[in-house]
Amino acid sequence: MIEMRDVHKSFGAKRVLQGVGLSIARGESLVIIGGSGTGKSVLLKCILGLIRHDSGSITLEGQDVTTGDRDVFLARFGMLFQGGALFDSMTVWQNVAFRLLCGSLKRPKAEAREIAIEKLRRVGLTPDVADLFPAELSGGMQKRVGLARAIAAEPDVIFFDEPTTGLDPIMSGVINALIREIVVEMGATAMTITHDMSSVRAIADRVAMLHDGVVKWEGPVAEMDTAPDPYLRQFISGSAHGPIAAVR
Amino acid sequence: MTLITHPLGAIGRATLAMLALIGRIAIFVGQTCAHMVRPPFYLREFGTALIQIGWLSLPVVGLTALFTGGALALQIYAGGSRFNAEAVVPSIVAIGIVRELGPVLGGLMVAGRVSAAIAAEIGTMKVTEQIDALTTLSTDPMKYLTVPRVLAATLSLPVLVAVGDVIGIFGGFLVGTTRLGFNPVTYLENTVDFLEVWDVTSGLIKGAVFGFIVASMGCYHGMNSGKGARGVGQATTNAVVSASIMILAANYLLTGIFFTT
Repeated sequence: MIEMRDVHKSFGAKRVLQGVGLSIARGESLVIIGGSGTGKSVLLKCILGLIRHDSGSITLEGQDVTTGDRDVFLARFGMLFQGGALFDSMTVWQNVAFRLLCGSLKRPKAEAREIAIEKLRRVGLTPDVADLFPAELSGGMQKRVGLARAIAAEPDVIFFDEPTTGLDPIMSGVINALIREIVVEMGATAMTITHDMSSVRAIADRVAMLHDGVVKWEGPVAEMDTAPDPYLRQFISGSAHGPIAAVR
Repeated sequence: MTLITHPLGAIGRATLAMLALIGRIAIFVGQTCAHMVRPPFYLREFGTALIQIGWLSLPVVGLTALFTGGALALQIYAGGSRFNAEAVVPSIVAIGIVRELGPVLGGLMVAGRVSAAIAAEIGTMKVTEQIDALTTLSTDPMKYLTVPRVLAATLSLPVLVAVGDVIGIFGGFLVGTTRLGFNPVTYLENTVDFLEVWDVTSGLIKGAVFGFIVASMGCYHGMNSGKGARGVGQATTNAVVSASIMILAANYLLTGIFFTT
């Protein structure tokens, strides 16, 4: 469904992506792992067109992501941001229903609110949260609201950017389980970037390891623990010794 | 250090950086104007911006105008008394306020209040990925954040200037009649008799231009904010400084265009 070929991206002299090649099949859940600063978020933003890649190609169902109608393209995506990225001037339900309150997917206000409350319920939040502001919520609740917003318009593809960062292990487990459930239930294609190995095991069908701007290892999650790749081994074990420099 | 060791290179780099900045601002302003005439239009955002920029700036602009009008009356009286021209106080206060001080001081006060607030708000949104989130939700940040603020500032500044003009003249009237011994009726007659429609209109046009500058600078620096609290703080400072300088420069240009005949 999504195909990346030889994708390069530099910021000044810093070469972040140096020929990434990856593909994600429809309905598949791909998790990209890798250390901080290896270009995971940049790759994700290149797919969405938030950052323009320098060379190579990224296609969605054969169509180049940099061409065509942006609104139609983006309407197929949902995204959960690392920090939630909730709009703090809006209430929780307005955040969740944002896409349904303006633009091509616009619905009547009452209907949009109803859908928002249903999505909040789906992520385990009660309707009384709907009229609160994001600043009044805990970190875990904000992630759930972000997740509800990502799925509100029932997108074909959902991106999760470090979904468990900053959460305690129990809340991380809850969010991981929710993501897996929702992706399976919706039949959506999912791409997650994380360095949390418990997230990888809970969410992934397939795993890709990014290092130095290229994919070092790629394969089914079941093969991850037995793969001989030294980069992957070091990353999984969390060792300071190995091919990945501890100080980058 | 570079300025001492390689002065020409440093000057060249600074010049190029300045030209690049002017180019980026020109492109930003052009894009903003292009988005103003193309749907979708976010009326709710526009209404909120009108209240934030226009309505909530009234006390600041009003107080500034009141004290400026009063101080102007005292100054003109003191200066005018050197050549027995105290009678010109009402007309000079009125002309000074509506042509120059009303729009310029109003613009500068709004630059301090609004430009900083816009840059801080949009800069924080950028740092916390809310702007990226807007894009992924099929909403153009230029249309949703910039256009409503720039339009609201462009339309509300002339109104603020008009209110400031009235309050400023009233400030001069208060000082003139209570401290300088002017007859209230004569003061008002002198004010109205010497004031022309173009004096007022030119001030209102200046207000609209300054409003456009204030909001554009706030949005530009917010959208291009650096990372973290330091980046947002720097964006806020840059917005106020650049808006203020541009207001003063634009004021000189507009005064030249309007009154050099």
